[in-house]
Amino acid sequence: MKATCWTGRNSVEVLDVPEPRILNPRDCIVRVTSTAICGSDLHLLDGYIPSMQKGDVLGHEFMGEVVEVGGGVPAGKVKVGDRVVVPFPIACGACGACTSGLWSCCENSNPNAGIAEKLFGHPVSGIFGYSHLTGGYAGGQAEYVRVPFADVGPFKVPDH
Amino acid sequence: MTRTTAITGRSLGAVSAALGLPAVLAPDRVAKAIGLQGGTATALLRAVGAAELAAASGLLTAPRPWQLWARVAGHTLDLGLLGVALTGRGSHDRGRLAAVTGAIAAITATDIVAALAASGDGKVVEARSATTINKPAAEVYAAWRRFDDFPRFMAHMEEVAVTGADGRTSHWRAAGPAGTSVEWDATITDDRPGERIAWRSDDGAAVPNSGEVRFGPAPGGRGTEVHVTLRHELPGGEVGRAVARCFGEDPRQQLDDDLRRFKQIVETGEVVVSDGAPWGKRARHEFPQRPAQPMAATDTIAPSSAVGMEARA
Repeated sequence: MKATCWTGRNSVEVLDVPEPRILNPRDCIVRVTSTAICGSDLHLLDGYIPSMQKGDVLGHEFMGEVVEVGGGVPAGKVKVGDRVVVPFPIACGACGACTSGLWSCCENSNPNAGIAEKLFGHPVSGIFGYSHLTGGYAGGQAEYVRVPFADVGPFKVPDH
Repeated sequence: MTRTTAITGRSLGAVSAALGLPAVLAPDRVAKAIGLQGGTATALLRAVGAAELAAASGLLTAPRPWQLWARVAGHTLDLGLLGVALTGRGSHDRGRLAAVTGAIAAITATDIVAALAASGDGKVVEARSATTINKPAAEVYAAWRRFDDFPRFMAHMEEVAVTGADGRTSHWRAAGPAGTSVEWDATITDDRPGERIAWRSDDGAAVPNSGEVRFGPAPGGRGTEVHVTLRHELPGGEVGRAVARCFGEDPRQQLDDDLRRFKQIVETGEVVVSDGAPWGKRARHEFPQRPAQPMAATDTIAPSSAVGMEARA
């Protein structure tokens, strides 16, 4: 699939990368229908955010259609065919921070928590397409995205 | 005294014998070979040879740390004598002497490493860590009590099987360095539901270890605090530990990572992975990583002991 990738300071290229697949039971795969560039993406472009690597897929503001759902997602929450808007922080919904509504401080969703916690002094959640400090998740400026904790983040757009 | 140290001691003893015998039996020929000249040098060489043989006899029969340190002292003295010969006014072959001095310096360095390792043998290393889990103590206790689940969140743990009918004995297999495996049996020594679990490896374990986990209420109704203490005898003592830390295998850091993944499993049911870090939380592998791109189906996931892979759908 095509994806917009960071390839260096002031350098972004559209590259051909593998399509995502379900890695954990609570994942879902979203086919992206609309995606945006955020002002924060400029910090990545300008090289101000450490821990970017060549080939990282960008994009943390996207929406689309659910095309695949992992076995651990409760049936009523998200199903294939739903149109969803996906928030940029990835939140588990069960830790102390998430249950207090502090989604961007989720204690579980960032597999690279060590460096981020040392830098910020508190847990930092995973974020789509925003450097390895926030987990190294592939972002939404692509054709498909793997969305972890599909029963927590994605907001189902009501049918009209 | 571990087997490794005993083998090292005996090997160094053999080296001492190889050095000492010719020096005692034919000191003038050895002196000529290494570039020394004169009667004093020959007499000193015989004395040094005798000292080497004394060290050899001790090390070959029953190696002890103090003997290794005595070797260090002896070889330092030899270096001193060689230094005097090199800088003095005697008619020695300086080229050969310099080469021999270099060799003895290397041997002294080996002696120091071996002596350090032997001195640290049997030292117990303790790692402590804690985390807060947003679940009741009974649930967290039950999750830890399922020992056979440990490979899901403990890096390096390959398999844990409960063996006894009472559920108090278990067999463990962990990954060692360079693709090896370490196995041992363990027994639970204290089991208080919702409060404390303690265990100890059985006699005959290659790396004797013990540990305990305590559960307590977290302040402010935040769930359960989990405090883990792990103890094990470190083969190779402080030198072994320093080398292990260079490769990111500090026991304390491993325990931190394991506890994070345990918290993830209890709170969310899975070990969290990303495209950049498909192996989950591993302190040594936080940066650099794979690029934040989906993996191809044929992509191999490194490091080799990827945690929680069986949780994949």
